[in-house]
Amino acid sequence: MKNIRLIKVSFPATTVDHSHTAARMPSIRFLNAVISATYTIFLVAGLATSTGLRAQSTDASSLRIEALYLKQNVERPPALSNILPPAEDSGLAGARLGISDSNTTGRFLKHRYELRELEVGQAEDAVAAARQHVAAGNVIILANVAAPTLLRIAEDEQVHNRAIILNAGAPDDALRQSECRTGLLHTLPSRAMLGDALAQFLASRRWNSWLLLRGSRDADVAIARAYERSAKRFGARIIATKEWSFATDLRRTAQQELPLFTQGGKYDVTLVADEIGDVGEYVPYNTWLPRPVAGTQGLTPTGWHPVVEQWGAQQLQNRFRELAGRSMDDRDYAAWVALRAVAEAVTRTSSVDAATLYAYLLGEEFELAAFKGRSLSFRGWNGQLRQPIPLVQPRAVVSQAPLPGFLHPRTELDTLGFDEREVQCNFEREL
Amino acid sequence: MNAAPTHPRPNGGARRRCRRLSLAFCIGVSGLCGGSASWAELAYVSNEKDNTLTVIDIDSLEVVNTIGVGMRPRGITFNRDFSRLYICASDSDAVQIMDVSSGKLIADLPSGEDPEQFALHPDDRRLYIANEDNAVVTVVDTQERTVVAQVDVGVEPEGMAVSPDGAWAVNTSETTNMLHWIDTDTNELVDNTLVGQRPRHVEFTREGDVLWASSEIGGTVTVIRVEDREVLETIDFKIPGVHRDRIQPVGIRLTSDGRYAFVALGPANHVAVVDAKTYEVLDYLLVGRRVWHMAFARDEELLLTTNGVSGDVTVVDVKDLKPIKTIRVGRYPWGVAVAPGRP
Repeated sequence: MKNIRLIKVSFPATTVDHSHTAARMPSIRFLNAVISATYTIFLVAGLATSTGLRAQSTDASSLRIEALYLKQNVERPPALSNILPPAEDSGLAGARLGISDSNTTGRFLKHRYELRELEVGQAEDAVAAARQHVAAGNVIILANVAAPTLLRIAEDEQVHNRAIILNAGAPDDALRQSECRTGLLHTLPSRAMLGDALAQFLASRRWNSWLLLRGSRDADVAIARAYERSAKRFGARIIATKEWSFATDLRRTAQQELPLFTQGGKYDVTLVADEIGDVGEYVPYNTWLPRPVAGTQGLTPTGWHPVVEQWGAQQLQNRFRELAGRSMDDRDYAAWVALRAVAEAVTRTSSVDAATLYAYLLGEEFELAAFKGRSLSFRGWNGQLRQPIPLVQPRAVVSQAPLPGFLHPRTELDTLGFDEREVQCNFEREL
Repeated sequence: MNAAPTHPRPNGGARRRCRRLSLAFCIGVSGLCGGSASWAELAYVSNEKDNTLTVIDIDSLEVVNTIGVGMRPRGITFNRDFSRLYICASDSDAVQIMDVSSGKLIADLPSGEDPEQFALHPDDRRLYIANEDNAVVTVVDTQERTVVAQVDVGVEPEGMAVSPDGAWAVNTSETTNMLHWIDTDTNELVDNTLVGQRPRHVEFTREGDVLWASSEIGGTVTVIRVEDREVLETIDFKIPGVHRDRIQPVGIRLTSDGRYAFVALGPANHVAVVDAKTYEVLDYLLVGRRVWHMAFARDEELLLTTNGVSGDVTVVDVKDLKPIKTIRVGRYPWGVAVAPGRP
């Protein structure tokens, strides 16, 4: 990472070890309300300063955009399959690359992008940080927080209508269907989009009878509900839904337990809803009928995955790997694409005004090339980023939705997730 | 028509002096083919996923040779007298030089990381190389084999062109969505033009007064007056039955008489024929799957297109505007360059 200056402020409570070299500064009190939270603040100053502004005939005056990356730390329950845990900086590293890419572009226009990084524990802390960010005159909040926290930020009087909040961490369907908020955009695909992507693939293979297995956590139930919706939409039949309650160490007993658990009826495919990978990892090869496994394990629909390489994606993967020292996941992509969308709006409007940027992002003109083979845009009815969904197995892309033959009068991308008529919320396209 | 000669000999030299004779015969028994120094016109196609070049004889439109080169070959271009072929071997981080008569790789140029496309300056010496992974354009002196300069450009530099008078080198950056204008006297970046999403390829007219630039995700071609970098026209494409999102312009070729522009439309599997004077789209020609780049052959009577997904080359008759033949090449054919024959 040449030409990036990092200024890091570490608060006393921090235990996070950052690989980036940075000057440490003494601790300072930042927010009175915050006691228990762990903070880390970085200012990633742009590439612009040191590489020289060679563009001479650009007439735009210089602009500075500081985005707040807000991460809420949530406790992860213990999972049986804990061999490959998600990266600690999942999402954050994508945001950093988004800033870096935007600065490479921005320096030709004298636009400078910076990222303030903050980790919080409680929702109140997140709201306080968002307020402070907006009060300082900033308009971009990139949120990797739980859905209730996101809604609290979006509804906050001091934030509402004064900032654009980009959700890069909460896949909850309600945020796109009944609980949309003006000013709140989503770059992470909803569960409904992922379910529809998978259902399209299964329908195209004519695997129309599904056995659905799910865990008992809220997320698992929500994923299973999304699959049920997708089944109805694409003409599949769920022959049975089974909730597991394995008390044994399934790592050692899967071969005995799972064939019995998956008995009963004929199915073409086993669907798994297991967000944290507690049981789902042990389902492939252990079903009663020799059938493929799909869902959160097996064949998986996702916003991004390290095996995606088409449409120039290899370049993005390479850049990311160089920056983060690991592969890019769906949270990273959601954060990266959110900042790229903002930068695109800034580039085309030469503005840092929240209302101007928001109107552009949701306008007809907006389109974004983001390594998915099509231009991406935001849905005017709920602020969801339309995007193709790769269907992957751990070592290869199997397919990419929308699949051929699934048509939509507006764009085939709208065959994934909630269409305009399915959405009941008052979402405005202007702030 | 001859049977396809398939001897996998790394011997470009065998192709000499064979224009009027059976090529298969010549390659087999090259010693018998002596005489005048004439040779057939040949097209070289880089196969990105095979690490090879496929050689096509333009007379017979048959594959006559396959040559192993560096990893992930993409952009290829000849020097002025067609004695050398420069090859962007992207994953080898090198531009390789092939001696055309022997078909042997004779040297690597220092190219910077991940060279994708390049353009040779009319001085036949300076090569302007887009280094996709690290946002620079590298200028290489091909005689000294040294790096003359590196110019910082936008994210993912891709397309490269040098104006016919040699004054401008223009680079496209795919993620920055700009054309970067480099003054070749100073190798300084002096201007940027914002264009549609994911600009991929730039092509000067023969006179050098106008520049054509394709935007893959924007789905457009921008025509720009070089003098003041004013946009003259933005061309849209519509093919019945093909969704707008699938129309992704990549390669551009302009006939030297100023009549046509051919635009490869990627996964739309068509090449657009554009009236280069009125910018009206005249026709769409069905070619292979995911068409990337193109080159003229037989004095612009033929147009060859590389079709990445279907792994073949489509031959288009320029006069009739009809595809006339498909030639199977290697996996993921990307670039194509044609060396004219000698009678």
